[in-house]
Amino acid sequence: MANMSLKKNEMPSQAPDVRNKNFREVALGYTPETAIDEAKRCLNCKNKPCVSGCPVNIHIPEFIAKVAEGEFEEAYKVIAQSSSLPAVCGRVCPQETQCESKCVRGIKGEPVAIGRLERFVADYHNAHSTEKISKPEPNGHKVAVIGSGPAGLACASDLAKKGYDVTVFEALHVAGGVLVYGIPEFRLPKSIVSKEIEGLKDLGVKISTNTVIGKTMSVQELMSEEGFEAVFIGSGAGLPRFMGIPGENLKGVYSANEFLTRVNLMKAYKEGSDTPIQRFKSAAVVGGGNVAMDAARCAKRLGAENVYIVYRRSEAELPARAEEVEHAKEEGIIFRTLTNPVQIIPDENGFASKLVCREMVLGEPDASGRRKPIEKPDSNIEIDCDCVIMAIGTSPNPLIKSTTNGLETQKWGGIVADETGKTSIEGVYAGGDAVTGAATVILAMGAGKTAAKAIDEYIVSKNK
Amino acid sequence: MNKILEKEILNPTVHKMVVSAPLVAKKAQPGQFIILRVDSEGERIPLTIADYDREKGTVTIIYQIVGATTEKLSHLNEGDFICDFAGPLGKPTETDGLKKVAVVGGGVGCAIAYPVAKKLHDSGAVVHSVIGFRNKDLVILEKEFSDVSDKMVLVSDDGSTGRKGLVTDALKELIESGEKYDEVITIGPLIMMKFVCKLTKEYGIKTVVSMNPIMIDGTGMCGGCRLTVGGETKFACVDGPDFDGHLVDFDEAMARGSMYKTQERAAHEHACRLFSKEAK
Repeated sequence: MANMSLKKNEMPSQAPDVRNKNFREVALGYTPETAIDEAKRCLNCKNKPCVSGCPVNIHIPEFIAKVAEGEFEEAYKVIAQSSSLPAVCGRVCPQETQCESKCVRGIKGEPVAIGRLERFVADYHNAHSTEKISKPEPNGHKVAVIGSGPAGLACASDLAKKGYDVTVFEALHVAGGVLVYGIPEFRLPKSIVSKEIEGLKDLGVKISTNTVIGKTMSVQELMSEEGFEAVFIGSGAGLPRFMGIPGENLKGVYSANEFLTRVNLMKAYKEGSDTPIQRFKSAAVVGGGNVAMDAARCAKRLGAENVYIVYRRSEAELPARAEEVEHAKEEGIIFRTLTNPVQIIPDENGFASKLVCREMVLGEPDASGRRKPIEKPDSNIEIDCDCVIMAIGTSPNPLIKSTTNGLETQKWGGIVADETGKTSIEGVYAGGDAVTGAATVILAMGAGKTAAKAIDEYIVSKNK
Repeated sequence: MNKILEKEILNPTVHKMVVSAPLVAKKAQPGQFIILRVDSEGERIPLTIADYDREKGTVTIIYQIVGATTEKLSHLNEGDFICDFAGPLGKPTETDGLKKVAVVGGGVGCAIAYPVAKKLHDSGAVVHSVIGFRNKDLVILEKEFSDVSDKMVLVSDDGSTGRKGLVTDALKELIESGEKYDEVITIGPLIMMKFVCKLTKEYGIKTVVSMNPIMIDGTGMCGGCRLTVGGETKFACVDGPDFDGHLVDFDEAMARGSMYKTQERAAHEHACRLFSKEAK
């Protein structure tokens, strides 16, 4: 009997005024009872529109049916057929614009909480599974994966399962890419990421940290000297953009990447951390995406009294996940929409002290389909803040492009790759943000999986 | 994990370490740097490569003990391991086509200037070195510089060794005496590089500086090392660390370099207390 409640089962969470002072995970996860109850809201409809909304086409109604039966391990197996990182994606996917946006239950009422169920199933598996991952029979072929973010991990996992000898090269001292340096602990606990990475190692994947491809070794050297038959580039879009406004290089002004890296990767939030972070009273975060929400919520947790999101369009255009915006508001983040910074004014010690902005109005839709923000003449808004965080996007890292002869790239720096991830160099594949520019974890993971398939076909056909 | 093969105390605050890092050594060139973490809880700090031996697979670092991390590093000894050691990062110093160069080093910056002077000397260029220190106890690499220089001037702030004065005084004299340099390469404290650039600008001599701002990842990801060069924002880690000194906004760089001064001082004192407790 289907559960006809119009509302999703609520996600148990830490209370806003408690969690905005700690870095522990905000959402606590469904209990088995709630998960079964929520799963029963799925009508298991014939068209399965949700599946087409998922970038990796998880067999959503099938796994939900298993949850409804209380067969959680079976549900996990269904998800694992299509996704490499369910515990991660259940937490960070923008479900409201993907699977859940297509759910029939969403026409009247709220869609089935697919993301929360995915997370429940993955967490249940991680907590209960005793199954030892067995190393597949080696097939004798070596593949290099550059970057250990979602694209690289997914690609490495699929290739390792087929018996490839895979080495993942990571520039930083720890694997995980944006999952460890970018997304904060309270949204994606690092123990989940390290569990995924341990799983990869159990499959036989080698992880070489502190290895900057393009500097320590080149892509060509990996192939000609190190014996890798194919290379997957999943180096992400790590280069932060700035606005180019006066005062942007003052003390107290960060890129979101720097701010989040200090806090998440280097654990600057912990008492006694070797990596310093400025202690500030008021922080203004410029931008409206998930990264902006993450930075704002970290700033609040570091003890800032006032934290602002400064965004040039209106609230309807905020690109962040709905849940992140909601959580940010609950935690006391102040939203200053239709507000565009033009200058940062220093105090007498050269630290940021004021963000000067213009009021914006929305005009005609632009190339992105969103209404273009236009400056209101003679408007002037001043926001007092001793910390400014720029979260206005990133570009692909140039290190590989500039050191790999013959690798075709777009004008803006993205690597040119076809739908299978194939680049202009034979045996070299690419995927994720390095190809598309900044996008989502799930899209990167999907690209990594697609490339793994293409790499396998390439190596098999070459060795025929 | 990278093993420390040799450690040498060059002066009370400047140490030298030869570290086993075959992959870094294979690619290292003068002007490039590495990022290290002393231990698993440590911060990432950039240090310029002072020397390398491709055959032995070693990289030499020379560092001044200024903060918590360099303090911790200074307590490691031969046979100990450095937790993380990544590189070589940044662009190498360009030396192609240079026939006559003045290399101006100040303090621990001489450790970075030396491999550049050596490379120029080895490639047949005429090298004039001006190296400056606060006093005679802080002098490093005097013999090494003299071996690769056609002319070397040692200066100290207090006159306790070499000539009393600033590197700019000595450089000015060389230029005034009619020496014609294709380029001046200067590495040292920001304030010193600023004044070297001011001087060479007057004489219209191209000048390259090596910037050493606060960094985290060293691969272009954080933007913490950004500086203004010719009105544009550049990242020292991927666009540098060498830049045209006449275009660098030194005042901004000096301000940014002081961002964590208070916290750094506190962390250094804390580290020192821990080590002195351990010693007891």
